[in-house]
Amino acid sequence: MMQFIWAFVIGGAICVLGQLLIDVGKLTPAHTMSTLVVLGAIADGIGIYDPFIKFAGAGATVPITSFGNALVHGALEELQQDGYIGIITGIFEVTSAGISSAIIFSFLAAILVRPKG
Amino acid sequence: MLKGHQSWTFASKPVIAATATVVGPDEGLGPLGDEFDIVHGDATLGQKTWEKAEKALLEEAAQRTLDKAGLTGGQVQFYIGGDLMNQIISNTFAARTLNMPYIGIFGACSTSMEGLALAAQLMDAGAAHHVMCGTCSHNSTAEKQFRYPTEYGSQKPPTAQYTVTGAGAALLAREGAGPVVSAATIGRIVDMGIKDPFNMGAAMAPAAVDTITAHCRDLGIEPGHYDLIVTGDLGAVGYAIAHELFAKHRFPIEQTVYDDCGLLIYDREKQAVQAGGSGCGCSATVTYGHLLKRMQRGELRRILVVATGALLSPLSFQQGESIPCIAHAVAIEAGGEA
Repeated sequence: MMQFIWAFVIGGAICVLGQLLIDVGKLTPAHTMSTLVVLGAIADGIGIYDPFIKFAGAGATVPITSFGNALVHGALEELQQDGYIGIITGIFEVTSAGISSAIIFSFLAAILVRPKG
Repeated sequence: MLKGHQSWTFASKPVIAATATVVGPDEGLGPLGDEFDIVHGDATLGQKTWEKAEKALLEEAAQRTLDKAGLTGGQVQFYIGGDLMNQIISNTFAARTLNMPYIGIFGACSTSMEGLALAAQLMDAGAAHHVMCGTCSHNSTAEKQFRYPTEYGSQKPPTAQYTVTGAGAALLAREGAGPVVSAATIGRIVDMGIKDPFNMGAAMAPAAVDTITAHCRDLGIEPGHYDLIVTGDLGAVGYAIAHELFAKHRFPIEQTVYDDCGLLIYDREKQAVQAGGSGCGCSATVTYGHLLKRMQRGELRRILVVATGALLSPLSFQQGESIPCIAHAVAIEAGGEA
């Protein structure tokens, strides 16, 4: 039960941070998203994102910060296996499913509908 | 004729012989929906792109104006117009079909009154028998050019304004029934250093106040001279700031009714338009649709329309430049024969 509550609170807190960046920090939505991704990447780089996921569950994995975490995570894993070349080959290792599906579904959507902007 | 520092009075009293307004679905659902000539239920107007839809709005407004005046394009010496699009393409492309000698102007949302003031000046100088002025804006083209693609679904702060989908055109003649243009004041650029394109009302309010006070100073009148003074598109935020500035300058705005076209065109309680309407079409459709009809009904004798413009470009605000603002005022009086 506590896991659910923490997931709710932490996930919400990350979104509050994003909202503050937009409203108070006057960042554009794209800058806000990138900032959260970078924060997640840094958090994993110093080894605190995994304990964070254990603690908050989906509250830590669903927000976009988890994408930054996944980028760094893949790179660090391959670094250990293959040496420095792993930083390059591993960066999209964990995120491959997300990125590939974004490309494929965007492609399918572009075939079916014609965006006007 | 020059009056004071920056105002013109028009001794020949050019007559607004005809006007027409064409709007989109949101404006049709607003409180002034019945005052517009054509309300489109479909914001695309059946066109392939938003830009073509915006151009079509203006073409319809111009054509309807000609029809009402019983004239053809060939009888109009000059068309003066502008819009928000890069290189004012909506007006240029509409002028291609309208086939009238064309003077393109850029005043952002102040274009409506900038055009009317210049048209009246041409008439007063004897440079034309008939001059048409027009402007247009479309919510989706403005979103695309100045903000984000609409599909992106970006959040907006409550200070943001909703660009009006609409076009308005007016035809000036030497004589005839209808309200007359009696004076105009050309505004100065006022830049208070605001850089937030989602808070244009606040940026433009000082320009509006500057022009209104200059108008009264140049003509030696008090605001009570007018039954109504309206600003173009300050919205709720800018309207409140304008009131504060009037109080600060001890300008007796309470002598008259002061309103804002951006607040008139939508029902902010029911429509999701944040702080109110904006865009070239805002002051044009409200003035040429609603306000002139009120004059014809005898509810208003003299009004001052102060169209406000934020003269930013997408590039300038991305580079962190502040927003230069302007306001142009035109005084319209009920005609003797109307």
